[in-house]
Amino acid sequence: MSERSQRIVAPIVIFVVIFLAWEGLVTALRIEQFLLPKPTAILSNLVRVIRIDTADTTVLADNEAAALLRVNRLLVDLPGDISPEVLAPLEEAHIAEFRQGSRRVLLSRGVNLTPILQASWYTLKEALGGLALGGIAGVLVALATARWTATREALLPFAIAANSMPIIAFAPIFNNWFGIDNPFSKMAIVAVMVFFPLMINTVRGLVSVPPRSLELMRSYAASEFAILFKARIPNALPYLFSGLKVAGALAMIGAIVGEYFGGPRIALGVFITQEAALFRFASAWAAIFSACLMGISIYLLILLAERLAMPWHSSFRE
Amino acid sequence: MTEPVVLLDSVDKTFGDGTANQVHALKNINLSIGRNEFVSLIGPSGCGKSTLLRVIGDLISPSAGTAQINGKNARQARLDREYGMVFQAATLYDWRTVAKNVQLPLELMKYPKEKKEQRTREMLELVELSDFAGHFPWQLSGGMQQRVAIARALAFEPSILLMDEPFGALDEMTRERLNLELLDIWRKTNTTVVFVTHSITEAVFLSTRVIVMSARPGRITQDIPIDLPQPRGVETRENVRFFELETQVREALRESERPTP
Repeated sequence: MSERSQRIVAPIVIFVVIFLAWEGLVTALRIEQFLLPKPTAILSNLVRVIRIDTADTTVLADNEAAALLRVNRLLVDLPGDISPEVLAPLEEAHIAEFRQGSRRVLLSRGVNLTPILQASWYTLKEALGGLALGGIAGVLVALATARWTATREALLPFAIAANSMPIIAFAPIFNNWFGIDNPFSKMAIVAVMVFFPLMINTVRGLVSVPPRSLELMRSYAASEFAILFKARIPNALPYLFSGLKVAGALAMIGAIVGEYFGGPRIALGVFITQEAALFRFASAWAAIFSACLMGISIYLLILLAERLAMPWHSSFRE
Repeated sequence: MTEPVVLLDSVDKTFGDGTANQVHALKNINLSIGRNEFVSLIGPSGCGKSTLLRVIGDLISPSAGTAQINGKNARQARLDREYGMVFQAATLYDWRTVAKNVQLPLELMKYPKEKKEQRTREMLELVELSDFAGHFPWQLSGGMQQRVAIARALAFEPSILLMDEPFGALDEMTRERLNLELLDIWRKTNTTVVFVTHSITEAVFLSTRVIVMSARPGRITQDIPIDLPQPRGVETRENVRFFELETQVREALRESERPTP
Protein backbone atom coordinates (compact mmCIF):
# COMPACT_ATOMS: atom_id res chain seq x y z
CA MET A 1 0.00 0.00 0.00
CA SER A 2 1.37 3.40 -0.91
CA GLU A 3 2.06 5.89 1.84
CA ARG A 4 -0.55 8.22 0.50
CA SER A 5 -3.43 5.76 0.49
CA GLN A 6 -2.31 4.58 3.90
CA ARG A 7 -2.72 8.11 5.20
CA ILE A 8 -6.31 8.12 3.99
CA VAL A 9 -7.29 4.56 4.87
CA ALA A 10 -5.88 4.50 8.40
CA PRO A 11 -8.15 7.24 9.83
CA ILE A 12 -11.19 5.68 8.15
CA VAL A 13 -10.42 2.32 9.76
CA ILE A 14 -10.05 3.98 13.14
CA PHE A 15 -13.31 5.87 12.67
CA VAL A 16 -15.18 2.65 11.83
CA VAL A 17 -13.62 0.84 14.79
CA ILE A 18 -14.65 3.62 17.20
CA PHE A 19 -18.13 3.73 15.71
CA LEU A 20 -18.61 -0.04 16.09
CA ALA A 21 -17.07 -0.12 19.58
CA TRP A 22 -19.35 2.71 20.72
CA GLU A 23 -22.42 1.02 19.26
CA GLY A 24 -21.37 -2.37 20.67
CA LEU A 25 -20.56 -1.11 24.15
CA VAL A 26 -23.77 0.91 24.50
CA THR A 27 -25.73 -2.20 23.47
CA ALA A 28 -23.76 -4.73 25.48
CA LEU A 29 -23.60 -2.68 28.68
CA ARG A 30 -27.21 -1.59 28.26
CA ILE A 31 -26.35 2.02 28.75
CA GLU A 32 -29.46 4.17 28.92
CA GLN A 33 -30.09 6.18 25.77
CA PHE A 34 -30.31 9.44 27.71
CA LEU A 35 -26.83 8.87 29.10
CA LEU A 36 -25.22 7.97 25.81
CA PRO A 37 -27.21 7.31 22.65
CA LYS A 38 -25.97 4.82 20.10
CA PRO A 39 -24.19 6.38 17.14
CA THR A 40 -26.79 4.83 14.85
CA ALA A 41 -29.51 6.62 16.82
CA ILE A 42 -27.66 9.91 16.51
CA LEU A 43 -27.14 9.41 12.80
CA SER A 44 -30.77 8.50 12.30
CA ASN A 45 -31.62 11.87 13.83
CA LEU A 46 -29.65 13.52 11.13
CA VAL A 47 -31.11 11.51 8.27
CA ARG A 48 -34.60 10.87 9.51
CA VAL A 49 -36.35 12.97 6.90
CA ILE A 50 -35.58 10.37 4.28
CA ARG A 51 -37.17 7.65 6.35
CA ILE A 52 -40.49 9.45 6.53
CA ASP A 53 -40.83 9.31 2.83
CA THR A 54 -40.35 5.59 2.75
CA ALA A 55 -40.89 3.41 5.80
CA ASP A 56 -43.32 5.64 7.60
CA THR A 57 -45.75 5.95 4.77
CA THR A 58 -47.25 2.82 6.23
CA VAL A 59 -48.38 4.98 9.10
CA LEU A 60 -49.04 8.18 7.26
CA ALA A 61 -50.62 8.70 3.92
CA ASP A 62 -48.38 10.09 1.23
CA ASN A 63 -49.86 13.54 1.37
CA GLU A 64 -49.66 13.52 5.14
CA ALA A 65 -46.01 12.63 5.03
CA ALA A 66 -45.42 15.45 2.63
CA ALA A 67 -47.30 17.87 4.85
CA LEU A 68 -45.33 16.60 7.80
CA LEU A 69 -42.10 17.43 6.07
CA ARG A 70 -43.34 20.82 5.12
CA VAL A 71 -44.61 21.66 8.56
CA ASN A 72 -41.56 20.39 10.30
CA ARG A 73 -39.59 22.79 8.31
CA LEU A 74 -41.87 25.58 9.42
CA LEU A 75 -42.26 24.56 13.03
CA VAL A 76 -39.03 26.02 14.12
CA ASP A 77 -39.48 29.33 12.40
CA LEU A 78 -43.18 29.99 12.56
CA PRO A 79 -44.94 27.77 15.04
CA GLY A 80 -47.85 30.24 15.24
CA ASP A 81 -48.50 30.26 11.50
CA ILE A 82 -49.54 26.65 11.14
CA SER A 83 -53.21 26.31 10.45
CA PRO A 84 -55.10 23.96 12.78
CA GLU A 85 -56.28 21.90 9.79
CA VAL A 86 -52.74 20.97 8.99
CA LEU A 87 -51.63 20.57 12.54
CA ALA A 88 -54.47 18.42 13.88
CA PRO A 89 -53.96 15.30 11.73
CA LEU A 90 -50.28 15.56 12.31
CA GLU A 91 -50.69 15.59 16.03
CA GLU A 92 -53.07 12.68 15.82
CA ALA A 93 -50.54 10.74 13.82
CA HIS A 94 -47.90 11.74 16.24
CA ILE A 95 -49.82 10.50 19.25
CA ALA A 96 -50.69 7.27 17.48
CA GLU A 97 -47.07 6.71 16.59
CA PHE A 98 -45.95 7.61 20.04
CA ARG A 99 -48.32 5.03 21.54
CA GLN A 100 -46.92 2.40 19.28
CA GLY A 101 -43.51 3.22 20.69
CA SER A 102 -42.03 4.02 17.34
CA ARG A 103 -39.15 6.38 17.38
CA ARG A 104 -38.94 6.59 13.68
CA VAL A 105 -41.64 9.08 12.95
CA LEU A 106 -40.66 12.49 13.91
CA LEU A 107 -43.50 14.36 15.25
CA SER A 108 -41.45 15.43 18.15
CA ARG A 109 -40.64 18.73 16.59
CA GLY A 110 -37.31 19.78 15.30
CA VAL A 111 -35.66 16.42 15.43
CA ASN A 112 -35.36 15.95 11.73
CA LEU A 113 -32.62 16.95 9.41
CA THR A 114 -34.08 20.22 8.36
CA PRO A 115 -34.12 22.06 11.70
CA ILE A 116 -30.65 20.84 12.55
CA LEU A 117 -29.42 21.94 9.14
CA GLN A 118 -31.18 25.25 9.48
CA ALA A 119 -29.78 25.81 12.94
CA SER A 120 -26.33 24.75 11.78
CA TRP A 121 -26.44 27.18 8.87
CA TYR A 122 -27.58 29.97 11.18
CA THR A 123 -24.76 29.34 13.64
CA LEU A 124 -22.21 28.82 10.90
CA LYS A 125 -23.05 32.26 9.55
CA GLU A 126 -22.47 33.72 13.01
CA ALA A 127 -19.15 31.92 13.36
CA LEU A 128 -17.91 32.89 9.88
CA GLY A 129 -19.17 36.46 10.22
CA GLY A 130 -17.36 36.83 13.53
CA LEU A 131 -14.24 35.17 12.12
CA ALA A 132 -14.22 37.60 9.20
CA LEU A 133 -14.78 40.66 11.40
CA GLY A 134 -12.19 39.65 14.01
CA GLY A 135 -9.78 38.43 11.35
CA ILE A 136 -9.84 41.62 9.29
CA ALA A 137 -9.53 43.74 12.43
CA GLY A 138 -6.69 41.58 13.76
CA VAL A 139 -4.69 41.76 10.53
CA LEU A 140 -5.23 45.51 10.15
CA VAL A 141 -4.12 46.21 13.71
CA ALA A 142 -1.14 43.90 13.18
CA LEU A 143 -0.14 45.81 10.04
CA ALA A 144 -0.43 49.08 11.92
CA THR A 145 1.64 47.87 14.86
CA ALA A 146 4.28 46.35 12.61
CA ARG A 147 4.65 49.72 10.91
CA TRP A 148 4.76 51.80 14.09
CA THR A 149 7.04 50.07 16.55
CA ALA A 150 5.93 52.25 19.44
CA THR A 151 2.32 51.14 18.97
CA ARG A 152 3.43 47.53 19.00
CA GLU A 153 5.44 47.84 22.19
CA ALA A 154 2.46 49.53 23.83
CA LEU A 155 -0.23 47.16 22.56
CA LEU A 156 1.36 43.74 22.47
CA PRO A 157 1.49 43.10 26.24
CA PHE A 158 -2.22 43.91 26.44
CA ALA A 159 -3.01 41.69 23.50
CA ILE A 160 -1.09 38.79 25.04
CA ALA A 161 -2.85 39.34 28.38
CA ALA A 162 -6.24 39.57 26.65
CA ASN A 163 -5.47 36.40 24.69
CA SER A 164 -5.20 34.42 27.92
CA MET A 165 -8.56 35.65 29.24
CA PRO A 166 -11.72 33.52 28.89
CA ILE A 167 -13.41 36.00 26.57
CA ILE A 168 -16.44 33.73 26.26
CA ALA A 169 -17.32 34.83 29.81
CA PHE A 170 -18.36 38.15 28.29
CA ALA A 171 -21.07 36.45 26.20
CA PRO A 172 -23.99 37.47 28.45
CA ILE A 173 -22.74 41.06 28.36
CA PHE A 174 -22.55 41.02 24.56
CA ASN A 175 -26.03 39.48 24.42
CA ASN A 176 -27.20 42.39 26.54
CA TRP A 177 -25.42 45.00 24.41
CA PHE A 178 -26.44 43.85 20.96
CA GLY A 179 -29.69 42.01 21.69
CA ILE A 180 -30.07 38.37 22.57
CA ASP A 181 -31.84 37.49 19.30
CA ASN A 182 -29.49 39.55 17.16
CA PRO A 183 -26.90 37.35 15.43
CA PHE A 184 -24.47 40.24 15.74
CA SER A 185 -24.20 39.63 19.50
CA LYS A 186 -22.65 36.22 18.72
CA MET A 187 -20.56 37.55 15.85
CA ALA A 188 -19.17 40.18 18.21
CA ILE A 189 -18.11 37.64 20.82
CA VAL A 190 -16.55 35.47 18.09
CA ALA A 191 -14.78 38.50 16.62
CA VAL A 192 -13.24 39.42 19.96
CA MET A 193 -12.20 35.80 20.58
CA VAL A 194 -10.42 35.39 17.24
CA PHE A 195 -8.96 38.89 17.17
CA PHE A 196 -6.13 38.28 19.61
CA PRO A 197 -4.57 35.06 18.32
CA LEU A 198 -4.75 36.38 14.75
CA MET A 199 -3.28 39.74 15.62
CA ILE A 200 -0.46 38.31 17.76
CA ASN A 201 0.46 35.70 15.15
CA THR A 202 0.40 38.21 12.30
CA VAL A 203 2.57 40.67 14.22
CA ARG A 204 5.08 37.90 14.89
CA GLY A 205 5.17 37.03 11.21
CA LEU A 206 5.57 40.64 10.14
CA VAL A 207 8.44 41.38 12.49
CA SER A 208 10.29 38.05 12.27
CA VAL A 209 11.72 38.71 8.82
CA PRO A 210 15.36 37.53 8.87
CA PRO A 211 17.72 40.51 9.34
CA ARG A 212 19.60 39.59 6.14
CA SER A 213 16.36 39.88 4.15
CA LEU A 214 15.92 43.41 5.44
CA GLU A 215 19.56 44.29 4.69
CA LEU A 216 19.05 42.99 1.18
CA MET A 217 16.00 45.23 0.75
CA ARG A 218 17.92 48.15 2.18
CA SER A 219 20.76 47.57 -0.26
CA TYR A 220 18.22 47.93 -3.09
CA ALA A 221 17.01 51.16 -1.48
CA ALA A 222 13.53 49.59 -1.28
CA SER A 223 10.72 51.71 0.15
CA GLU A 224 8.98 50.75 3.42
CA PHE A 225 5.95 49.95 1.31
CA ALA A 226 7.91 47.56 -0.91
CA ILE A 227 9.48 45.91 2.13
CA LEU A 228 6.02 45.41 3.61
CA PHE A 229 4.55 43.82 0.51
CA LYS A 230 7.56 41.90 -0.79
CA ALA A 231 9.13 40.74 2.47
CA ARG A 232 6.99 41.21 5.57
CA ILE A 233 3.57 40.10 4.38
CA PRO A 234 4.75 36.93 2.57
CA ASN A 235 6.84 36.13 5.64
CA ALA A 236 3.75 36.56 7.84
CA LEU A 237 1.53 34.21 5.81
CA PRO A 238 2.51 30.97 7.59
CA TYR A 239 1.99 32.70 10.94
CA LEU A 240 -1.35 34.07 9.80
CA PHE A 241 -2.54 30.62 8.79
CA SER A 242 -1.50 28.97 12.03
CA GLY A 243 -3.43 31.76 13.77
CA LEU A 244 -6.41 31.08 11.53
CA LYS A 245 -6.44 27.40 12.44
CA VAL A 246 -6.73 28.32 16.11
CA ALA A 247 -9.26 31.03 15.30
CA GLY A 248 -11.44 28.70 13.20
CA ALA A 249 -11.98 26.37 16.16
CA LEU A 250 -12.53 29.34 18.49
CA ALA A 251 -15.16 30.75 16.13
CA MET A 252 -17.42 27.65 16.38
CA ILE A 253 -16.91 27.49 20.16
CA GLY A 254 -17.69 31.19 20.52
CA ALA A 255 -20.85 31.04 18.44
CA ILE A 256 -22.31 27.94 20.12
CA VAL A 257 -21.38 28.81 23.69
CA GLY A 258 -22.60 32.35 23.05
CA GLU A 259 -25.94 30.82 22.10
CA TYR A 260 -26.01 28.72 25.28
CA PHE A 261 -26.48 32.04 27.08
CA GLY A 262 -29.56 32.73 25.00
CA GLY A 263 -30.59 33.31 21.42
CA PRO A 264 -33.33 32.61 18.90
CA ARG A 265 -34.75 29.06 18.70
CA ILE A 266 -33.21 28.65 15.29
CA ALA A 267 -29.67 28.82 16.72
CA LEU A 268 -27.74 25.57 17.14
CA GLY A 269 -26.63 26.29 20.71
CA VAL A 270 -30.20 27.03 21.76
CA PHE A 271 -31.38 23.93 19.92
CA ILE A 272 -28.89 21.75 21.78
CA THR A 273 -29.81 23.12 25.22
CA GLN A 274 -33.52 22.73 24.50
CA GLU A 275 -33.28 19.21 23.14
CA ALA A 276 -31.17 18.23 26.14
CA ALA A 277 -33.66 19.85 28.51
CA LEU A 278 -36.47 17.81 26.88
CA PHE A 279 -34.44 14.59 27.19
CA ARG A 280 -34.15 14.26 23.42
CA PHE A 281 -30.53 13.41 23.73
CA ALA A 282 -30.14 11.65 20.41
CA SER A 283 -31.29 14.85 18.75
CA ALA A 284 -28.96 16.96 20.88
CA TRP A 285 -26.12 14.64 19.96
CA ALA A 286 -27.01 14.93 16.31
CA ALA A 287 -26.80 18.72 16.59
CA ILE A 288 -23.44 18.45 18.37
CA PHE A 289 -22.28 16.11 15.64
CA SER A 290 -23.28 18.71 13.06
CA ALA A 291 -21.35 21.38 14.99
CA CYS A 292 -18.29 19.11 14.97
CA LEU A 293 -18.62 18.59 11.23
CA MET A 294 -18.76 22.34 10.69
CA GLY A 295 -15.70 22.88 12.86
CA ILE A 296 -13.78 20.28 10.86
CA SER A 297 -15.00 21.80 7.60
CA ILE A 298 -13.77 25.25 8.60
CA TYR A 299 -10.40 23.74 9.47
CA LEU A 300 -10.19 21.91 6.14
CA LEU A 301 -11.12 25.07 4.26
CA ILE A 302 -8.33 26.95 6.03
CA LEU A 303 -5.91 24.14 5.13
CA LEU A 304 -7.00 24.37 1.50
CA ALA A 305 -6.64 28.16 1.46
CA GLU A 306 -3.21 27.78 3.02
CA ARG A 307 -2.13 25.40 0.30
CA LEU A 308 -3.41 27.73 -2.42
CA ALA A 309 -1.89 30.83 -0.84
CA MET A 310 1.57 29.41 -0.22
CA PRO A 311 2.32 26.31 -2.27
CA TRP A 312 5.99 26.98 -1.62
CA HIS A 313 5.76 26.38 2.11
CA SER A 314 7.87 23.68 3.78
CA SER A 315 4.85 21.94 5.32
CA PHE A 316 3.69 20.87 1.83
CA ARG A 317 6.97 19.37 0.68
CA GLU A 318 6.59 15.73 -0.19
CA MET B 1 44.63 57.65 -12.28
CA THR B 2 40.91 57.14 -12.46
CA GLU B 3 38.65 57.87 -9.55
CA PRO B 4 38.48 54.99 -7.04
CA VAL B 5 35.25 53.03 -6.71
CA VAL B 6 35.56 52.79 -2.94
CA LEU B 7 37.31 55.41 -0.86
CA LEU B 8 37.33 55.10 2.92
CA ASP B 9 38.83 57.92 4.92
CA SER B 10 39.62 57.46 8.65
CA VAL B 11 36.56 55.30 9.23
CA ASP B 12 35.80 54.50 12.86
CA LYS B 13 32.90 52.45 14.18
CA THR B 14 31.92 51.94 17.79
CA PHE B 15 28.86 49.93 18.76
CA GLY B 16 26.97 50.69 21.97
CA ASP B 17 28.82 53.95 22.50
CA GLY B 18 29.01 54.90 26.17
CA THR B 19 27.50 51.65 27.46
CA ALA B 20 29.16 48.80 29.35
CA ASN B 21 29.02 46.69 26.16
CA GLN B 22 30.84 49.25 24.04
CA VAL B 23 32.73 47.58 21.19
CA HIS B 24 35.30 49.37 19.13
CA ALA B 25 34.72 47.53 15.83
CA LEU B 26 36.73 49.59 13.37
CA LYS B 27 39.62 51.95 13.96
CA ASN B 28 41.03 54.43 11.49
CA ILE B 29 40.33 52.54 8.29
CA ASN B 30 41.77 54.08 5.14
CA LEU B 31 41.18 52.13 1.96
CA SER B 32 40.96 52.86 -1.71
CA ILE B 33 39.65 50.32 -4.20
CA GLY B 34 39.93 50.91 -7.93
CA ARG B 35 37.68 49.85 -10.79
CA ASN B 36 37.65 46.14 -11.65
CA GLU B 37 39.60 45.24 -8.55
CA PHE B 38 38.78 42.08 -6.64
CA VAL B 39 39.58 42.85 -3.01
CA SER B 40 39.30 40.34 -0.19
CA LEU B 41 39.00 41.32 3.46
CA ILE B 42 40.45 38.64 5.71
CA GLY B 43 41.05 38.48 9.44
CA PRO B 44 40.22 36.60 12.64
CA SER B 45 36.53 36.39 13.51
CA GLY B 46 35.34 39.55 15.19
CA CYS B 47 37.87 41.73 13.40
CA GLY B 48 35.13 43.83 11.88
CA LYS B 49 35.50 42.71 8.28
CA SER B 50 31.73 42.25 7.89
CA THR B 51 31.19 45.58 9.62
CA LEU B 52 33.56 47.22 7.17
CA LEU B 53 31.66 45.69 4.27
CA ARG B 54 28.41 47.05 5.72
CA VAL B 55 29.92 50.51 6.12
CA ILE B 56 30.86 50.45 2.43
CA GLY B 57 27.32 49.32 1.57
CA ASP B 58 25.68 51.90 3.88
CA LEU B 59 23.96 49.21 5.91
CA ILE B 60 25.83 50.61 8.91
CA SER B 61 26.94 54.23 9.21
CA PRO B 62 30.43 54.94 10.53
CA SER B 63 30.88 56.69 13.89
CA ALA B 64 33.59 58.86 12.35
CA GLY B 65 35.24 59.26 8.96
CA THR B 66 33.66 59.03 5.52
CA ALA B 67 32.87 56.33 2.98
CA GLN B 68 32.69 57.39 -0.65
CA ILE B 69 31.57 55.26 -3.55
CA ASN B 70 32.20 56.50 -7.08
CA GLY B 71 32.68 59.97 -5.63
CA LYS B 72 29.36 59.96 -3.79
CA ASN B 73 28.73 59.35 -0.12
CA ALA B 74 27.73 55.76 0.65
CA ARG B 75 24.10 56.63 1.36
CA GLN B 76 23.64 58.33 -1.99
CA ALA B 77 25.35 55.39 -3.67
CA ARG B 78 22.88 53.02 -2.00
CA LEU B 79 19.94 55.15 -3.09
CA ASP B 80 21.42 55.10 -6.60
CA ARG B 81 21.56 51.30 -6.41
CA GLU B 82 25.26 50.88 -6.87
CA TYR B 83 25.49 47.79 -4.65
CA GLY B 84 24.88 44.13 -5.25
CA MET B 85 24.90 42.26 -1.94
CA VAL B 86 25.56 38.56 -1.40
CA PHE B 87 25.49 37.10 2.13
CA GLN B 88 26.70 33.87 3.65
CA ALA B 89 23.13 32.57 3.63
CA ALA B 90 21.64 32.86 0.15
CA THR B 91 18.73 34.86 1.63
CA LEU B 92 16.37 33.86 -1.15
CA TYR B 93 12.68 34.43 -0.66
CA ASP B 94 11.03 31.06 -0.13
CA TRP B 95 7.81 32.20 -1.79
CA ARG B 96 9.50 33.18 -5.03
CA THR B 97 10.76 30.89 -7.74
CA VAL B 98 14.39 31.10 -8.80
CA ALA B 99 13.51 33.45 -11.68
CA LYS B 100 11.32 35.62 -9.44
CA ASN B 101 14.10 35.85 -6.88
CA VAL B 102 16.51 37.08 -9.52
CA GLN B 103 13.85 39.57 -10.62
CA LEU B 104 13.32 41.02 -7.14
CA PRO B 105 15.72 43.98 -7.49
CA LEU B 106 14.50 44.59 -11.05
CA GLU B 107 10.91 44.80 -9.79
CA LEU B 108 11.95 47.28 -7.11
CA MET B 109 13.78 49.33 -9.73
CA LYS B 110 10.74 49.28 -11.99
CA TYR B 111 12.38 47.67 -15.00
CA PRO B 112 10.00 47.28 -17.93
CA LYS B 113 8.62 43.76 -18.16
CA GLU B 114 10.54 42.75 -21.24
CA LYS B 115 13.90 43.99 -20.01
CA LYS B 116 13.22 42.34 -16.66
CA GLU B 117 12.66 38.96 -18.23
CA GLN B 118 15.57 39.30 -20.57
CA ARG B 119 17.96 40.21 -17.74
CA THR B 120 16.65 37.29 -15.67
CA ARG B 121 17.30 34.89 -18.53
CA GLU B 122 20.80 36.28 -19.07
CA MET B 123 21.64 36.08 -15.37
CA LEU B 124 20.37 32.52 -15.02
CA GLU B 125 22.42 31.58 -18.04
CA LEU B 126 25.45 33.23 -16.50
CA VAL B 127 25.16 31.12 -13.34
CA GLU B 128 24.07 28.08 -15.37
CA LEU B 129 20.67 27.70 -13.75
CA SER B 130 18.43 28.27 -16.77
CA ASP B 131 16.79 24.88 -16.25
CA PHE B 132 15.79 25.80 -12.70
CA ALA B 133 13.98 29.08 -13.38
CA GLY B 134 10.66 27.69 -12.18
CA HIS B 135 12.00 25.87 -9.12
CA PHE B 136 11.54 27.07 -5.56
CA PRO B 137 14.64 27.72 -3.42
CA TRP B 138 14.08 24.67 -1.22
CA GLN B 139 14.40 22.43 -4.26
CA LEU B 140 17.98 23.63 -4.82
CA SER B 141 21.26 22.63 -3.19
CA GLY B 142 23.17 25.16 -1.09
CA GLY B 143 25.61 25.88 -3.89
CA MET B 144 22.82 26.42 -6.41
CA GLN B 145 21.03 28.76 -4.01
CA GLN B 146 24.18 30.81 -3.67
CA ARG B 147 24.46 31.03 -7.45
CA VAL B 148 20.91 32.37 -7.56
CA ALA B 149 21.92 34.97 -4.96
CA ILE B 150 24.86 36.00 -7.17
CA ALA B 151 22.61 36.22 -10.23
CA ARG B 152 20.20 38.38 -8.23
CA ALA B 153 23.02 40.67 -7.07
CA LEU B 154 24.29 41.15 -10.63
CA ALA B 155 20.90 41.45 -12.33
CA PHE B 156 20.73 45.23 -12.17
CA GLU B 157 24.39 45.72 -13.11
CA PRO B 158 25.56 47.31 -9.87
CA SER B 159 28.95 48.99 -10.05
CA ILE B 160 30.18 47.14 -6.98
CA LEU B 161 29.54 43.65 -5.66
CA LEU B 162 29.72 43.25 -1.87
CA MET B 163 30.08 39.63 -0.76
CA ASP B 164 30.01 38.60 2.88
CA GLU B 165 31.50 35.09 3.15
CA PRO B 166 29.26 33.94 0.31
CA PHE B 167 30.73 30.43 0.17
CA GLY B 168 31.41 30.06 3.89
CA ALA B 169 28.65 27.54 4.46
CA LEU B 170 29.44 25.32 1.48
CA ASP B 171 31.55 22.20 1.26
CA GLU B 172 35.10 22.47 -0.09
CA MET B 173 34.36 21.02 -3.53
CA THR B 174 31.38 23.26 -4.17
CA ARG B 175 33.31 26.24 -2.89
CA GLU B 176 36.18 25.63 -5.33
CA ARG B 177 33.81 25.25 -8.24
CA LEU B 178 31.95 28.43 -7.31
CA ASN B 179 35.25 30.29 -6.92
CA LEU B 180 36.03 29.50 -10.55
CA GLU B 181 32.55 30.52 -11.60
CA LEU B 182 32.78 33.77 -9.66
CA LEU B 183 36.06 34.67 -11.37
CA ASP B 184 34.46 33.92 -14.71
CA ILE B 185 31.49 36.16 -13.87
CA TRP B 186 33.80 38.89 -12.58
CA ARG B 187 35.72 38.87 -15.88
CA LYS B 188 32.55 38.90 -17.98
CA THR B 189 30.75 41.65 -16.04
CA ASN B 190 33.67 43.96 -15.24
CA THR B 191 32.44 44.63 -11.72
CA THR B 192 34.41 45.63 -8.69
CA VAL B 193 34.21 43.05 -5.92
CA VAL B 194 34.72 43.42 -2.18
CA PHE B 195 34.83 39.94 -0.72
CA VAL B 196 34.84 39.00 2.97
CA THR B 197 36.26 35.57 3.76
CA HIS B 198 38.11 33.69 6.46
CA SER B 199 39.73 31.28 4.00
CA ILE B 200 43.29 32.16 3.07
CA THR B 201 43.24 29.93 -0.03
CA GLU B 202 40.03 31.49 -1.28
CA ALA B 203 41.30 35.03 -0.69
CA VAL B 204 44.56 34.43 -2.56
CA PHE B 205 42.93 32.50 -5.38
CA LEU B 206 40.23 35.07 -6.12
CA SER B 207 41.73 38.44 -5.36
CA THR B 208 43.85 41.07 -6.96
CA ARG B 209 44.47 42.38 -3.43
CA VAL B 210 44.10 40.92 0.03
CA ILE B 211 43.47 43.25 2.97
CA VAL B 212 44.52 41.67 6.28
CA MET B 213 42.73 42.93 9.38
CA SER B 214 43.30 42.54 13.12
CA ALA B 215 40.73 42.26 15.86
CA ARG B 216 39.54 44.59 18.63
CA PRO B 217 39.68 47.22 17.42
CA GLY B 218 39.47 46.13 13.79
CA ARG B 219 42.07 47.81 11.65
CA ILE B 220 44.00 47.14 8.47
CA THR B 221 47.42 45.62 9.20
CA GLN B 222 48.57 44.67 5.70
CA ASP B 223 47.60 45.26 2.12
CA ILE B 224 48.99 42.44 -0.03
CA PRO B 225 48.78 42.68 -3.84
CA ILE B 226 48.18 39.29 -5.46
CA ASP B 227 50.20 39.23 -8.64
CA LEU B 228 49.09 35.81 -9.89
CA PRO B 229 48.50 35.73 -13.65
CA GLN B 230 44.97 36.23 -15.01
CA PRO B 231 42.80 34.49 -15.98
CA ARG B 232 43.10 32.07 -13.12
CA GLY B 233 42.06 28.47 -13.25
CA VAL B 234 42.64 25.11 -11.62
CA GLU B 235 46.34 25.33 -12.49
CA THR B 236 46.68 28.56 -10.44
CA ARG B 237 46.43 26.54 -7.25
CA GLU B 238 49.53 24.59 -8.29
CA ASN B 239 51.56 27.73 -9.02
CA VAL B 240 54.57 28.17 -6.70
CA ARG B 241 53.74 31.84 -6.39
CA PHE B 242 50.30 30.80 -5.09
CA PHE B 243 51.92 29.02 -2.12
CA GLU B 244 54.25 31.93 -1.48
CA LEU B 245 51.35 34.36 -1.35
CA GLU B 246 49.33 31.99 0.84
CA THR B 247 52.25 31.86 3.27
CA GLN B 248 52.57 35.62 3.18
CA VAL B 249 48.88 36.10 4.06
CA ARG B 250 49.06 33.43 6.75
CA GLU B 251 52.01 35.14 8.36
CA ALA B 252 50.34 38.51 8.13
CA LEU B 253 47.33 37.03 9.90
CA ARG B 254 49.47 35.53 12.66
CA GLU B 255 51.18 38.87 13.03
CA SER B 256 47.86 40.68 13.29
CA GLU B 257 46.70 38.39 16.09
CA ARG B 258 49.55 39.44 18.36
CA PRO B 259 48.43 41.83 21.07
CA THR B 260 49.13 45.41 20.12
CA PRO B 261 51.93 47.05 22.09
